[in-house]
Order: sequence, then C-alpha cells, then structure tokens
Amino acid sequence: MSDLLEVSRLAKNFGGFTALDGVSLSVARGERFGLIGPNGSGKTTLINCVSGALAHDGGSIRFGGEDISALPAYQRTRRGIARSFQIPRPFHSMSVLENLLVPLEYVSGGSEDEAQEILRQIGLADKAQTRSNQLSQVELRKLELARAMAARPRLLISDEAMAGLSSNEVGEVLEILFRLNATGITVIMIEHIMQAVMKFSQRVVCLDAGRIICEGAPAEIVANPEVQRAYLGA
Amino acid sequence: MLRFVAGALVALGLFAALPLFVHNEYWFFAGYVVLQFIVLATAWNILGGYAGYVNFGTGAFFAVGGYTAVALYKAFALPLGLQILAGAAASGLLGFGVGLLTLRLRGIFFSIATIAVAIVLETVVVNWSYVGGAKGLPTMRPASTPLFDSYTVWLFFVMAALALLSVCIARYIETSWIGRGLRAIRDNEGAAECSGVPTLKLKLGAATLSGALMGAAGAPFAQYLSFIEPSSSFSLTYAVNALAMPMIGGVGHWVGPVIGAVLLGTVQQWATVRFQSEINVLVVGVLLVVFVVAAPEGILGLARKLFPGKR
Repeated sequence: MSDLLEVSRLAKNFGGFTALDGVSLSVARGERFGLIGPNGSGKTTLINCVSGALAHDGGSIRFGGEDISALPAYQRTRRGIARSFQIPRPFHSMSVLENLLVPLEYVSGGSEDEAQEILRQIGLADKAQTRSNQLSQVELRKLELARAMAARPRLLISDEAMAGLSSNEVGEVLEILFRLNATGITVIMIEHIMQAVMKFSQRVVCLDAGRIICEGAPAEIVANPEVQRAYLGA
Repeated sequence: MLRFVAGALVALGLFAALPLFVHNEYWFFAGYVVLQFIVLATAWNILGGYAGYVNFGTGAFFAVGGYTAVALYKAFALPLGLQILAGAAASGLLGFGVGLLTLRLRGIFFSIATIAVAIVLETVVVNWSYVGGAKGLPTMRPASTPLFDSYTVWLFFVMAALALLSVCIARYIETSWIGRGLRAIRDNEGAAECSGVPTLKLKLGAATLSGALMGAAGAPFAQYLSFIEPSSSFSLTYAVNALAMPMIGGVGHWVGPVIGAVLLGTVQQWATVRFQSEINVLVVGVLLVVFVVAAPEGILGLARKLFPGKR
C-alpha cells in the first residue's frame, strides 16, 4: 500500500526568496510524524502548500494515491487533510459549538451530537455555547484541534498547537493527539517544544532554509550534528 | 421557513388591501421609497453583512437594473415583470463579476474597486444616447394598470412583493448552511476554506444574488419617476443608504436591514417634505456616526444588550 501523503520535489518562492527548495517526504498511514526546524525554515509554508492555503511553484503532492496539487484547499479538506493554525483563527462571531458545525456541515455531514462528542473528548464541553472570542489561549488551541477533528480527517496537521502553553497544558494537548492517532488518524506535528515532538513522533524530519537536512527516529535527530548546527548555530 | 413564507404572503395580502383604507396617493409614493430601501439594504447585507465584503457600488447595481429595464421597455415595450427579471439578470451578472474581484481584493481594496465599477458604468451610460445619455430619458407609464386604479399604487405593491421576497431569501440564507459558510468567510476566510467551505463559490453566489436583488429594486425606478438619468440613479446616496441601514439596524440578521430601512427611509421621507431633500444625507450621516460610536452592533445589538437571553 502506498503512503498516505507523498510530497515530491516541492518548491515555493516568495518573490526572490526560496521558501521551499525541492522538499520530498512521505508520511505513512497511521504514522506520528514530526516536522521541526528553526524559525523561517519553511515548516509552515510546507504545511500551507499541503493544505492548499498556498499554491506551490513546483513538484507534486499526492494524498491517498491521488495527485491533489491542483485542488483548492476546501477540496483537500474534503479528501481528508485537516489542519490547525499556528495563530488560532477561530470564527470569532460564532459559539464554540458553531465553529465545529462549519466543517461538520461542509465536510463530514455530521450532527450537533458529534460536535458535542468532540468537545467532550477535547475538554471544551462546558464552553460549547461560549463565543469563541471569549476563550483563553489554551482553549483557542484546543478549538483549533477540535475544528480540525470535526472534518473527520485522515491526516491531521497540528501547526504549533502547543506554543506558549504551560507544561501541564502541553501534556494535555499531547494526550489528545496520541488518542486521535490511536483511532487511526495520521498526525503531522510541527513543534518547537522538543520534549513534546520527540516524545510524540515515530519519525522526525528537520527542515532548514527550505531543505530537508535530516530525517530519522527522534533519538537520531537530536544527535545529528547538522540539526544541532541549524538550531544552535554552532 | 414555511411559516415565514406564509407570513410574508399574508403581509403581501395586507399591502394589497391598503388602497381600500389609504386614499392619499402620496403615502404610496413615499412608501415605495422605503420598500425600495428594504430591498437594497437586505441585498447589501447578504454580501456585506453575512460575508463581510463591503460593497460601495449599490448605485451601479440599482442603475444597471433601471437602465436595463428602460432600454428593453423602449425597444420592445416589455411588461414590468419582465423588466424586473431582466434588470435582476443584468445586475446579477455584474454581481458575478464583482464577486470575481474578491479573488484578489479584500477589505477596503474590494470596497474601492466597487466604487470604481460604479464610476465606469456611469460613464458608459452618460455616453449611451439610446437611453438618453447625460440628459436622461423620460418614460411614459403604460396606459392601463393591472390590479389597481393607480400606477403608483401598483408600483408600491410590486416593490412590497420584492421587499418580502428579498427578506425571505435573506432569512433562508441566514438560517441555512450557506449562512454559516458566509459567516465563516467573514470571520476568517483562510480557516473557512480549510474547514471545507468552498469560499469562492459562496462569495460568487452571494455577490450574484445581492446584485440581482439590487437590480430588481432599480428596474421599476424609471416607471416610478417617469424619468431616468445617470447622476441620480448611480448616486452614491444609494451606496451610503444601503450600507448605513443594515449598520444602524444590525448586520448579520435579516431583520436588521429591515429595521434600518424603515427607520432611515421614513425619517428621510419626512425630512424631505418637512425641510428639504438635501437634509437626507445629513440625517444618514449623523445617525451613522451616532450608531457607530454608541451602538456598533446596531439596534439589534443594543436590544440584545438590554434584553440578554432573548434572540
């Protein structure tokens, strides 16, 4: 069986700046995949290209064996790619529950009960009727994940879902992601918090300046001199 | 929704019965304008209120409807119903084009582009002699009137039907999956797209529908005044009113534009008769400033604040 996500020689430029320079990677079904790299290394650009928020300039993206390079973002979501945003982007005029109803109505055809169930799993059940602009930072991050889950994804991309959270809260979000993965959802985690990404991932890729500098099990990555140089500048 | 439509039909029946009780034709002449603004404000709210794309070109949609109707009336003596359909179709097409602008333009840049569209179209009409160019075109009302004795009353009834139709459409959109998608676009377009909302399709649909309703409101305009000319039909006043009425009533809910249109439209008609027509613009301006400062969510927002718990 082929991999769930196959990215090959992906390129993206912003004017004269090369954000992605021929990135190739594949993610297997059910895998917990970590994506790390210093600030500005192209992690979020890569995710934006995969989710369809940005159009890439070269290379191809295959999902579930199908070339999705030309599909608009909403079509990719309907095929099973869901993401959270690094800076939470709630539908601020809606309640927490209504935020989930958007993907439920447009993607999965699920009901309000399913939304309540997702909120219960993620620990936001008591906030269902709260307007999303009243939420705290950790609640907003949970809402991002909950809304992504409501699209019933096959691949969930978590873009720095834990940045700025306390260690307890990081543990909470990690647990949610582990549980999701256990139900068969493939997860790509982009994260700066090393303990979290190393604990979570089965395989990690490190990006630097738009290129993959190394790939392997978490322990190998931490020990890799190129990764150390990229992060520490040593 | 069925009950709502039934209610609208009852309201239409009441409008039809009005001439039995009201004999002074002026009330219908003035009421027509208020109803016309209900259509315009409701139509504006579909794109501006629900989806958050502020259209400053209401005058262009209104005038395209009016001029399409007049051109077809002059050429083929089309009956009013077909004039309205044709006006709606032409303005709907314009709306589709404006919807395409949202591909590249957001926020204030979209709004500026809609003003540009209005100016370009006005220039076209000024130079189009078949419909009278800059000096305008007088129109003759048809000799006979269906249903009513007076053509003004007939136009009032037609506009009442259009107002009820637009309110029904707006309410349907608002309470259906379409409305939730449009609100998602207003709140965050990128997140909406990633939540599976086909943002471009919804925006094109909203812009087309909004434009078509504005064009329908403009189509009977030449019959109403027995005259049409570019500077008043493309007037920025329509844009300002269509924007101010939902803002004052409350955007995002179908009843907001209705409240705003009835309130502002009535005050304007009263001020026109009592003082002078120029004071209209002052009324809109002052009320808009007062509401933006004191009640940014309009009368509806104010009501929700005063009576929490009720919708």
